Amino acid sequence: MLLAAPLVAVALTLAAGAILFTLLGYDGAGAVRSIFVTPLFDPYRWQDLLVKAAPLALIATGLSIGFRANVWNIGAEGQYVLGGLAATDVALLTHEMEGAWILPAMVLAGILGGMAWAAVPAALRTRLGVSEILTSLMLNYVAIQLLYYLMRGPWKDPMGFNFPQTVLFSASQTLPMAVPGTLIHWGVPLAAILALAVWFAVGRTVAGFQIRVVGLAPDAARYGGFRERATVWLALLAGGGFAGLAGALEASGPFGQMVPAFPTGYGYTAIIVAFLGRLNALGILVAAMVLALTYVGGESAQTAIGLPAAAVGVFQAMLLFFLLAADVLVRYRVARSAAHGAVTPAAASAPAGGSAAEPAASKRRQPVEAA
Amino acid sequence: MAPTLKEILRPAMPPRLELSGITKRFPGVVANDGVGFSVAAGEIHALLGENGAGKSTLVKIIYGVQQADEGELRWNGAPVSIESPRAARRLGIAMVFQHFSLFEAMTVLENIALGMDDPPPQRELEAAVRAVLDTYDLGLDPHRDVFTLSVGERQRIEIVRALLQNPKLLIMDEPTSVLTPQEVEQLFATLRRIAAEGCSILYISHKLGEIQALCESATILRGGKVVATCDPRSETARSMAEMMIGGSLKDVARRDGAPVGPVRLAVDGLSAPGEPPFGTTLKDVGFSVRGGEIFGIAGVAGNGQNELLLALSGERLEEVTGDIRIDETCVCGLGVSARRRRGLAAVPEERNGHAAVPALSLSENAILSARTRKRLAAGGLLRLGAAKAYASGVIEAFSVRATGAAAKARSLSGGNLQKFVMGREILQDPAVLVVSQPTWGVDAGAAGFIRQAMLDLAARGAAIVVISQDLDELFELADRIAVINDGHLSPARPLAEVTVDEIGLLMGGIHGAAPRPATSERAA
Repeated sequence: MLLAAPLVAVALTLAAGAILFTLLGYDGAGAVRSIFVTPLFDPYRWQDLLVKAAPLALIATGLSIGFRANVWNIGAEGQYVLGGLAATDVALLTHEMEGAWILPAMVLAGILGGMAWAAVPAALRTRLGVSEILTSLMLNYVAIQLLYYLMRGPWKDPMGFNFPQTVLFSASQTLPMAVPGTLIHWGVPLAAILALAVWFAVGRTVAGFQIRVVGLAPDAARYGGFRERATVWLALLAGGGFAGLAGALEASGPFGQMVPAFPTGYGYTAIIVAFLGRLNALGILVAAMVLALTYVGGESAQTAIGLPAAAVGVFQAMLLFFLLAADVLVRYRVARSAAHGAVTPAAASAPAGGSAAEPAASKRRQPVEAA
Repeated sequence: MAPTLKEILRPAMPPRLELSGITKRFPGVVANDGVGFSVAAGEIHALLGENGAGKSTLVKIIYGVQQADEGELRWNGAPVSIESPRAARRLGIAMVFQHFSLFEAMTVLENIALGMDDPPPQRELEAAVRAVLDTYDLGLDPHRDVFTLSVGERQRIEIVRALLQNPKLLIMDEPTSVLTPQEVEQLFATLRRIAAEGCSILYISHKLGEIQALCESATILRGGKVVATCDPRSETARSMAEMMIGGSLKDVARRDGAPVGPVRLAVDGLSAPGEPPFGTTLKDVGFSVRGGEIFGIAGVAGNGQNELLLALSGERLEEVTGDIRIDETCVCGLGVSARRRRGLAAVPEERNGHAAVPALSLSENAILSARTRKRLAAGGLLRLGAAKAYASGVIEAFSVRATGAAAKARSLSGGNLQKFVMGREILQDPAVLVVSQPTWGVDAGAAGFIRQAMLDLAARGAAIVVISQDLDELFELADRIAVINDGHLSPARPLAEVTVDEIGLLMGGIHGAAPRPATSERAA
């Protein structure tokens, strides 16, 4: 059932998208086809797909660590931007230099930048009990304003005809291609390797065990000797580090410089990727490809059938909506209460739980009846 | 089955509720298999059985939460189908659940109104509530906030809620598990009055002594089938227990003689403020336990038992003051894992989500608390093979009924999971074991096993602290006993010198001459 929900969500998204855009006067079936099917048959688009999927997979992998521990880092977009800015800073400082160490330094700076940005919500949560959902989300806007300031002020390319962008990165500062002659840079295999590493770490290390237990049963985690504070830090730093890494790779790879258009919503889309991939690192790799498809297909649909740019966002949002709805409906059934005809969710009876579940079930059932 | 007196006197009257051939199947298990029994008007009828015997499923069918696959329900002689709890309430069936569903921050009256299908205006409701309270002599102020009430008072809210419907059949699910002996007496008096007015009562419990005191007839379930119907007053607790488990009951072998070991756990001046909003403050708790000794702590739930366990286990360190020594070494300020390394094992009251993670396998649940002492993790990596071996060892040694170490904790029944949790701690050979409610909701067979395992551990020289509401259990196990009330621990006394009544009075809150109001606050 847990695996069926993402598939059901994708199918419903396609159907609802087709209906919606038909009602809006577009060729609905054509829109779905050109977004979700056409890119799959175009080998040139495959490269595009991988290049778009890499940052999504990286960010979602980091986020999944936190989400498993019920730490809701919504600030990956800001952490991604800060990763890109930190890498750019190193690039600008080393612009006259050459050497194989420059790119690793940029990547490291990116990771640290993302972590630093995530450390703010971590500190606020562990010291003052402030919800990391709000703080991490709000820091996204701060990060974007910081980017705009740097682009229009201190980091503007003096020879750039007053365009708000930095100088182009040099060869030592640019991510090389993993497959020569294509668009596929080293970030693509790295994303896959890191997803596998996280998959192993979650299943086989004490830290991964801690993350899982904290998410599944916080009281049991405390009983097991795991501190909540350490878990929150671990979760947010992992999320920030991965997002920062993605930012550094994007800046030094596809962008090759820093521009105001750097934030492309990967940090938000990665949340959908993480959930669609069931917070499982291997599932995330597949989900990243699906969401990358919406980016790649959305672009071609704009030119092919004149679909608005917002269509991509609509499809992504529908996907998340249907996924959450499918998850809820897998666990609950819709009950019609006789007197009011209102639809109320009733706790699904779980016979498999047997007698162990009985007290809990009756506890849960009561408020539903009272409602 | 011999007809009861009432049946002879009223042969013409159909029973209030009659079940015949009730069968309910779940995937892989038949919860009820051709169950039939009947409850006469005004009868107090006990439904007895171990965990998993099918009591709860049967009650859910009667109360309309689930539907039977086969069989017939007759209400006053006429066949009925009960499709929902609302339909059950319309027939006149009311239920008091074991776990209350009350909103702590609301008043008694507001809580009652929330539980009703069509609450009348507040003024009328209050009049109706007061009428019920007066009729049955229930002491309760409708305008009190629920969080200020004792557990017994909270239960009265549920009973009033049920009685307001003018029920013809009242179902009570394990109603005494949280009450003091004196509160139990009060409850029984109320129930007898309700029954005397013609309302039938279906009383579900595993406390056999209470059933003997209260009920006129009993239906005993085992493995989903009715195995016996009896008059509890002419049976012994032992004979009924044996019908429940379908075999002879093993006696827990009690060792005699005073423990001789050195002091292994010493607690002095332990205090901790209650966590808001409803936590109990621990006040200057002090006691010591020798090797080979079992120290019992009695008390009504919510008087600081959870707080004491968390302070001892190291799960709570903030704001905890006082001295905790294991084998003469102070462990204050040390976290859970460091205390475990020094030999302290703890088992909290709640199995699901505290002592064990329901969604994880038994192997992984072994890692949760045994990874330091049993080296189930090394160098930051989990040793899954070692964990599996240890979990399998626990399953074997404690005869846990599970499909293996890979079984999810939530697939185990309450009693089996408790056996696993106790086994996981005991096989680590702790110096000190602190257990809260070791046999809560556990069937008689498993409870005996768990108690025997604790006695054996004590015999090997460990110091054991048992926190329990079950006085029978404490009197069976403990060498010395103390009572926790409102976060304060009474002086410990040897078991031979105290009676159940004295302990009951201390639980109710009278410390020596100074009376204390029993405003215990149960952390929800």
